[in-house]
Amino acid sequence: MSYEIIGITVLWLFLYGYLIVASVDFGAGFYAYYAKVTKKDHIINQLISRYLSPVWEVTNVFFVFFFVGIVGFFPDSAYYYGTALLVPGSIAIILLAIRGSFYAFENYGSKKSNVYMFLYGATGLLIPASLSIALTLSEGGFIKEESGTVSLDYFALFASPYSWSVVFLAIVSVLFISATFLTFYAARANDVKALKLVRKYALFWGTPTIIAALTTFIALGQHNQRHYQNMFDYWWMFGLSVGFFMIAMWLIYQGRRYGLAFISVMLQFFFAFFGYGVSHLPYILDPYITVYENATHESTGIALIIVFIAGLFLLIPSLILLLRLFLFDADYVKGKK
Amino acid sequence: MMDLDPVLMSRLLTTITLVFHIIFATLGVGVPLMISIAEFIGIKKKDPHYIMLARRWARGFIIPVAIGVVTGTAIGLQLSLLWPEFMQLGGNVISLPLFMEVFAFFFEAIFLGIYMYTWDRFKNQMTHWWLSLPIVIGGGLSAFFITTVNAFMNTPEGFKIGKNGFAAINPLETMFNPATPTKVFHVLTSAYLTVAAILAAFAAFGLLRKKTREYHKKALKLTVTLTFIFAIFTAIAGDVSAKFLAEYQPEKLAAAEWHFETEKNADLILFGWLNEDNEPTGVIRFPSLLSFLAFSDFDAEVIGLEEFPEEERPPLWIHYMFDLMVIIGFFLLGVSFLYLILSKLKRWNENNKFMLWLLILSGPLAMLAIEFGWIYAEEGRQPWILRGYMTVEEAATTSPYVGWMFILFLLLYITLGVIGVVVLRKLFKNNPVEDELEKKYPSIEKGDNQ
Repeated sequence: MSYEIIGITVLWLFLYGYLIVASVDFGAGFYAYYAKVTKKDHIINQLISRYLSPVWEVTNVFFVFFFVGIVGFFPDSAYYYGTALLVPGSIAIILLAIRGSFYAFENYGSKKSNVYMFLYGATGLLIPASLSIALTLSEGGFIKEESGTVSLDYFALFASPYSWSVVFLAIVSVLFISATFLTFYAARANDVKALKLVRKYALFWGTPTIIAALTTFIALGQHNQRHYQNMFDYWWMFGLSVGFFMIAMWLIYQGRRYGLAFISVMLQFFFAFFGYGVSHLPYILDPYITVYENATHESTGIALIIVFIAGLFLLIPSLILLLRLFLFDADYVKGKK
Repeated sequence: MMDLDPVLMSRLLTTITLVFHIIFATLGVGVPLMISIAEFIGIKKKDPHYIMLARRWARGFIIPVAIGVVTGTAIGLQLSLLWPEFMQLGGNVISLPLFMEVFAFFFEAIFLGIYMYTWDRFKNQMTHWWLSLPIVIGGGLSAFFITTVNAFMNTPEGFKIGKNGFAAINPLETMFNPATPTKVFHVLTSAYLTVAAILAAFAAFGLLRKKTREYHKKALKLTVTLTFIFAIFTAIAGDVSAKFLAEYQPEKLAAAEWHFETEKNADLILFGWLNEDNEPTGVIRFPSLLSFLAFSDFDAEVIGLEEFPEEERPPLWIHYMFDLMVIIGFFLLGVSFLYLILSKLKRWNENNKFMLWLLILSGPLAMLAIEFGWIYAEEGRQPWILRGYMTVEEAATTSPYVGWMFILFLLLYITLGVIGVVVLRKLFKNNPVEDELEKKYPSIEKGDNQ
């Protein structure tokens, strides 16, 4: 396999990792606020903050990893995306900044504040929406290069049914992934009341998620024929995705094996995300950037891959330690430690 | 001409982001080391005061960490958003250290989460202490990698120029470019120095308000000792940095010293101003000291600014940044030395009011010195973004919206800064150390509160 393909696969893997951990985080923030408004906060907020406190910083790293990596492997993406994304990108940074710091203010500061909670919850839905714009742009048609100047066609972006269906898909997926994770976590903690609540959320958000996936698929067909056609070559990946979705829903509905249900959700998104990604190739930004023509120099690419492997040797054991201490330590989850 | 505005605004936006981020980045590098040292002493001496010190520092640390993480994410993205053409060219090279920096940060983030939530989880206290080391190392490595990026922008090496930008890149050579050793050394030592001085300022403030005396006295002794040690290292680092500049970036040193003509026995000058003929006036002059600073030889020849074309010279106001940084550095060395001398002499009380006020002053001054130093280093390589290869003007975005983004980010940083300070104050005010000590260690309680 060429280093370009290894590079984009690694990056895609990290973006997938971010999709999962960030969804859990973003959704949890929204649920925490929603529970407060509906006066159910005593039921689930303890659970949410016990999970989030040790891991919120790690979530952020997945994201940084991705965007540093893509600029490293494909420096031209900095040129096109960088110029075009100045406004949406800056807004996303500001939302992330508000969210990250207000989480710390809320949880470690002395007084609980409604304003902090609101900002924390609201940004949880706005961030996925603003970040998903980058994916929309990658399909082409929104970024223009004229006489050496790159610009973003805002009108086309806002008028496109495709971009709105991506935003919608991003939001409902976040709520769905998060709810299935919290269901698993509540079950682990033997927290029956919380479990009842979050399980309801999980069942509720399953349907819009699958509908949104379908509408996005159709809208993509109208927007980018080439990509749409390519997707049929990987029909089995999308088939598997739907299959895992059904397994997850069935398990949650039956009210058992929540761990397995969450893994199924992870696999559901894994196949959908990779199916989407592989059929997008060779373009990173249609039609300006392709994986082969715009990759970095071989020496840098190989150095990046070496560092990546070395880094994994450091990261994986540390992540396992983190998970064992907080996620899979029954006493901690139950609030005894 | 249409490009001009985005260039200026991109520079300003990058400046406010970095000026704000550096505060938290410095804390992020230095505080873990101080926490680790305090906890280690506490465990070895079986002294709960030091453990409490480590605990309270760690608790307060979370707030700056959060702000540091989010502003760090901001600068990471802004590199591409504001300087797309620079990243298109430089991304081929600097992405490697940036990537490693993310790994170091990842490592640090994981262990910080673990450290913060396992204070009472292990039977052996040392187990918990070991967890602090990855945080210290991760923080130091982050600083190291990111500094190599900045070093590369100052002295780009390890590649050839081909038809389409860089060719024949040697990743290791680009990272370990000539500026790397001195920069890393100076960044690390000054970060440790600054954090020690800031924590000393808090302890001095506690003593001044007659809080738990024993606790604050120990805190002060420890932090001032560390301030002194790191002040010495920082002075050495500053000296080798000056020698580096004289050899590799003479225009930066010359601009800092208003040294226009190449000459032997060059004078070092402090403060003053430039008159109409661009001659330094009202300065404090140290004969031949610049030659000595640059080459360890009073007779050495120091290159002057006149050797460089006018459009490649840095602005001359960086002279003040350089002076302020150096003066504060020596001030910190002097104050901490004075404190240590007084504490050795029986007939003097090292915790007198004057001394405490000097120490309180040292904290914010140290942080200011960090800012001055970075402004000097960054403005000193103007007009280049990649010295010798690309100017700042060629690198900036062409997007017309940068001005709006500047306003948005300015508001964001003001908000984060103000709320951060308010939250930190509340955090410590609502949970005074005497209560916490009493609750946790009923045996040592009131005894030390005279």
